Amino acid sequence: MSTITTRQIPPLLRTIGSWTSHILLILTALITLVPFVWMISTALKPSSEVFSTPPKLIGSSIQWGNFADAWNYLPFGRFMLNGVLVSALGTLLVVITSAMAAYAFSRLRWRGRNGVFLIYLGTLMIPQEVLIVPMFILMRNLGWVNSYQALIIPWAFTAFGTFLLRQFFLTLPDELEDAARIDGANRFTSFTQILLPLVRPALGTLAVFTFIGYWNSFLWPLLIVSDVNMATVPLGLNMFLGQTGNQWNLLMAASTISILPSVLMVLGLQRYLVKGIALSGLGGR
Amino acid sequence: MASTLSTDNNRRSSIKPTASSPTPRRRKSGDRAAVLGFLAPNLAGFLLFTLVPIGASLALSLYEWPLIGEATFSGFENFVRLFTKDPVFWEVVGNTFYFVVGYVVLNLIVSLSLAVWLTSRIRFAGLFRFAFFLPVVAPMVANAVVWRLLFTPDDGLIAWATRTFTGLEAPNWLGSSEWAMPAVIIMSVWAGFGYNMIIFVAAIESVPDSLYEAAAIDGAGWWRRLLGVTLPLISPSMFFATVMTVISSLQVFAQPYILTGGGPGSSTTTLVFYLYKQGFQGYEMGYASSIAWSLFVLIMGITFLQFRAQKRWVHYA
Repeated sequence: MSTITTRQIPPLLRTIGSWTSHILLILTALITLVPFVWMISTALKPSSEVFSTPPKLIGSSIQWGNFADAWNYLPFGRFMLNGVLVSALGTLLVVITSAMAAYAFSRLRWRGRNGVFLIYLGTLMIPQEVLIVPMFILMRNLGWVNSYQALIIPWAFTAFGTFLLRQFFLTLPDELEDAARIDGANRFTSFTQILLPLVRPALGTLAVFTFIGYWNSFLWPLLIVSDVNMATVPLGLNMFLGQTGNQWNLLMAASTISILPSVLMVLGLQRYLVKGIALSGLGGR
Repeated sequence: MASTLSTDNNRRSSIKPTASSPTPRRRKSGDRAAVLGFLAPNLAGFLLFTLVPIGASLALSLYEWPLIGEATFSGFENFVRLFTKDPVFWEVVGNTFYFVVGYVVLNLIVSLSLAVWLTSRIRFAGLFRFAFFLPVVAPMVANAVVWRLLFTPDDGLIAWATRTFTGLEAPNWLGSSEWAMPAVIIMSVWAGFGYNMIIFVAAIESVPDSLYEAAAIDGAGWWRRLLGVTLPLISPSMFFATVMTVISSLQVFAQPYILTGGGPGSSTTTLVFYLYKQGFQGYEMGYASSIAWSLFVLIMGITFLQFRAQKRWVHYA
């Protein structure tokens, strides 16, 4: 542990302390990244050198072909396309219907509103696992096994999004809408033109987390999808694992491919991710 | 943006709006249409895909429902069988607790110490955030596949590093019933600590500087300020993070599925994994539902206990 900044510490010592903590922190960050570095390193090795002693970061030759082999062995392009389709449509459904329901729960007054909202809240406590058995039977009876709608629809109407957005709508003053109504806007117009732009950060946060949730989901696709052409990325990787067994260099190439979109998400959406998580943590106050 | 009309708010004053009031009278019928219009899409889906399945799941747990043949009503027989006759169930509950305790404790220690560290005027915080965050966002399946390679006995990177730096032989992590669960825990902590770390960084950054200044004037050193100012002030966030981490770790599935397949023996078979095996490999839908409800009761019970205990250590300003 470092000791930082009491006013009595001379500047030189403070610099040394700061350097130490930086170096330790950089080491920690590097250790955290080792599995990913090793993943890429193994993905580029000939199969005979995966377990060389001592381990080498770079093998005798760089085998870019491993990526092509992995890509051709199972349709990773298709997995990504499925993932994008399912995650984007699911996110769209969640954000739109949650925002509308949140509006009804926060800005409209109607009989039974609090009762219905309590039921919504109550279901937040129920884990997904309670739903998967009846959901599976329901999907089978609808003939939806191995379909996009089976991957999207069951999880598009959980209470979380409605709950989150209602919290935000409640912070907006009534006068905003009243003014718009006087100017002749109907409810729907004031909802889309005035309220939604004001809660844009919340919508963005909900969208990002919903998208990542769909993208990374594993248990449900494992149950409902058996057709290789309908697999999402995590499921496709699991299929690859089942079929290639110990071809570690190909397996790591496949893992690298399947992690790339997540890297882009972390880089591009970091602000939303950090905001959303921090917000949920401070919500504990 | 906001108008300065002196509107008469029905909710806050008992004065009835007069004809000259600028507030438009709300028409009942128009409102009903609006409620229906806004609520219907979500409510319909919520009924069909959340409420009905919850009811169905409760009903299912009272039925014997094998793959071949009819479902027959069996009352609480599933639960009786699960709690008293199933040779594996209590072991599975034990495994799950083992995972939860190990994972939650390690996760909180790592995420909290890194958060304290990251907020003490560190440069390149963005770079560190990226490093600590990537495992959180990457698919758990991909994370676990990579760790399967790292854990390879004799020739794997972890075995080599253990031999080189300590001179000891590393255990066969995934192949021994003693070391498999620790391996699952280590991998999971690596994959998950970034989430709580972000929560703690935000909480620490929201502690007012004046408190630290006051503590420094009173001669409190770095350690004293951490224990006396930082930790008490972020205890609500710590409570929230603990509750959420416990809930999510009770539901662990992908890590043991990919790393060990629940083995060796059933040493890493957790509750959700067992549910999967019974319901989707053994096709015992009713039995699987009773496992799911047992999980729910566990989650509720433990969360309730945590809320009861929070008075002792959570400090609400």
